[in-house]
Amino acid sequence: MAHPLYPLRLSHFTATSCLGRGLTETLDALRARRGGLAPCNFDTVDLPTFVGEVAGTDDVVLPAQWARFDCRNNRLALLGLQQDGFEAAVAEAAARHGPQRVGVFIGTSTSGILQTELAYRRRDPHSGALPADFHYGTTHNTFSVADFTRHHLGLTGPAVVVSSACSSSAKVFASAQRMMRAGLIDAAVVGGVDSLCLTTLYGFNSLGLISEQACRPFDAARNGISIGEAAAFALLERAPARPGPGDVLLLGVGETSDAHHMSSPHPDGLGARLAMEQAMAMAGLRTADIDYINLHGTATQSNDAAEAKAVAALFGTGVPCSSTKGATGHTLGAAGGLEAVVCALALQHGLLPGGINTRERDPALPIHYLTDNLEAAPRHVLSNSFGFGGTNCSLLLGRAG
Amino acid sequence: MTHTPSHLPPAITVFVQGVGLLGPGLAGWGPGREQLLGTAPYQATRCVLPPPMALPQAERRRAGAVVKLSLAISEEAVAASGLQASTLASVFTSSSGDAVNCHEICSALASSDRLISPTRFHNSVHNAAAGYWSISSGSMATSSVLCARDASFAAGLLEAMVQVATEQVPVLLLAYDTDYPEPLHSTRPIPDSFGVGLVLAPCRSDITQAQWTLEPTACLSSLPADRLDAPVLEKLRQDIPAARCLPLLQGIARQQSGRVVLDYLEGLQLVLQVAP
Repeated sequence: MAHPLYPLRLSHFTATSCLGRGLTETLDALRARRGGLAPCNFDTVDLPTFVGEVAGTDDVVLPAQWARFDCRNNRLALLGLQQDGFEAAVAEAAARHGPQRVGVFIGTSTSGILQTELAYRRRDPHSGALPADFHYGTTHNTFSVADFTRHHLGLTGPAVVVSSACSSSAKVFASAQRMMRAGLIDAAVVGGVDSLCLTTLYGFNSLGLISEQACRPFDAARNGISIGEAAAFALLERAPARPGPGDVLLLGVGETSDAHHMSSPHPDGLGARLAMEQAMAMAGLRTADIDYINLHGTATQSNDAAEAKAVAALFGTGVPCSSTKGATGHTLGAAGGLEAVVCALALQHGLLPGGINTRERDPALPIHYLTDNLEAAPRHVLSNSFGFGGTNCSLLLGRAG
Repeated sequence: MTHTPSHLPPAITVFVQGVGLLGPGLAGWGPGREQLLGTAPYQATRCVLPPPMALPQAERRRAGAVVKLSLAISEEAVAASGLQASTLASVFTSSSGDAVNCHEICSALASSDRLISPTRFHNSVHNAAAGYWSISSGSMATSSVLCARDASFAAGLLEAMVQVATEQVPVLLLAYDTDYPEPLHSTRPIPDSFGVGLVLAPCRSDITQAQWTLEPTACLSSLPADRLDAPVLEKLRQDIPAARCLPLLQGIARQQSGRVVLDYLEGLQLVLQVAP
């Protein structure tokens, strides 16, 4: 059912991933079709796989007053917040609206669990106790990254983590939009932060879903994901009556559940299709209005097949699509936020990024999959994020002017 | 400069259509209501989690405490509401995931053999309960899965009430926590399991148990949170984050009219107006 249009403006946004720190490096890498995946050299991991590691993450030092939040995930969050003048933009919004009228909605799947993994290596040999310098609440706990973001930015309004696996930081846009529509807040910091840890590397390995090569979305020979890490943020505000030229707007969000299986998608991508349909309905747009789809495109056999069915059922081969996970890896709980920023860059810079690493498109997946960059002037794009537990979210972003 | 809205947004009002409750010494909303009224005795005996019969057999075998707890409170709340679970949007909120599962994974990863089972891994995601619920209920509607550590109940209530108001649909809110094994228990001393399920709807009906209202521009407050008179129940409220809901449940039991203040984030509480 269509909602009254309630567009939000992405007043400011930024992303940090293995492609680089901030928008300029991210855009340069996409233009140059330069990926950031490399053979895994993270911690003591002994899996033959590629990862998208953000260089220098562990060199980040949290301000002394927030030392209790120190862990890789919050270091990455801070690194991300410090790019592109994002902190200053939030400070201005807080001054405009009041700090209690700015909400914080962050998506993450594993938050600071690496801190607990490391602490378990240092258990007391006699009592089994964890080391005294381990702070569960401000590091491991799922909320830690939103709590840190809220404290660091000096915001005092509602704050929450959305943690629904790989749809997390797409769904934050929906929660923030609803809370703004209801009048509880006037602005929101939304985003996604997920960092490398052993739980996800060995966990996806246990499911046989990790590729030993840099992942190849929609390739006939695709054989699994490459895990990445990222911090991506956007400042959302009510769109002005007359948005400025080039303003990026959130026009629609679709959220569904598969009700099918814990770790496999619905084989026909039914939940995914419904999510895209809902996003278009909320925006009051039709399939013909969509100029590009940033696919979830994880490069597992079943995920790409199910998503291709969903996209083909709605769009046929008419809409250029790609997955940017060949470049960034699958950043899990940060993927929705990161790919929303990729879509915002596509809208502002007229660049439809072709997927990299894909050598031979799978002929069984009947969609218009881009393997080269395309210069275009997209007005409306979709960004898909789906996850474990059968959770689906599709964002519809548009360009004003 | 502070922005002053030219007109105030309308109040958010929801109607409580069903309640599910499970916790230490609390074996459902029927007896729980009497215990909160003080007309039945309360003792904090160990919470008993029923097997999740609504799940297909394969999933039932894999279900941990979080899944059992969330499905049990959902079943009671949805049955009371007279609605079909397959039609409901949902909000899941918990201060953590399955801590027993997390302990097993971290132990394996710290050992020389880092093999973890696929079931352990997919049970480790914070939305595992939501995934199992969606499979058992058949609901393809949206599910928001949240964490705000000790503020998780109020954060989930906010999300659910806002969804009811903006989408004009009933929403199932499930808030739950389970206890941690050592050595995590020492860092997060949650003593037992507690869960509450609430079906919240945009309209009143014959079975409405309470009406809750939020003022969007005045619901965040520095007022102190309400406490429970009975020390043993107040201890429960403080010990388990999901039990921060108890002042609201006591309000339903007492058919209270007036203000309820709930714990939310550090130094910030959530204020509701309640009525029968």
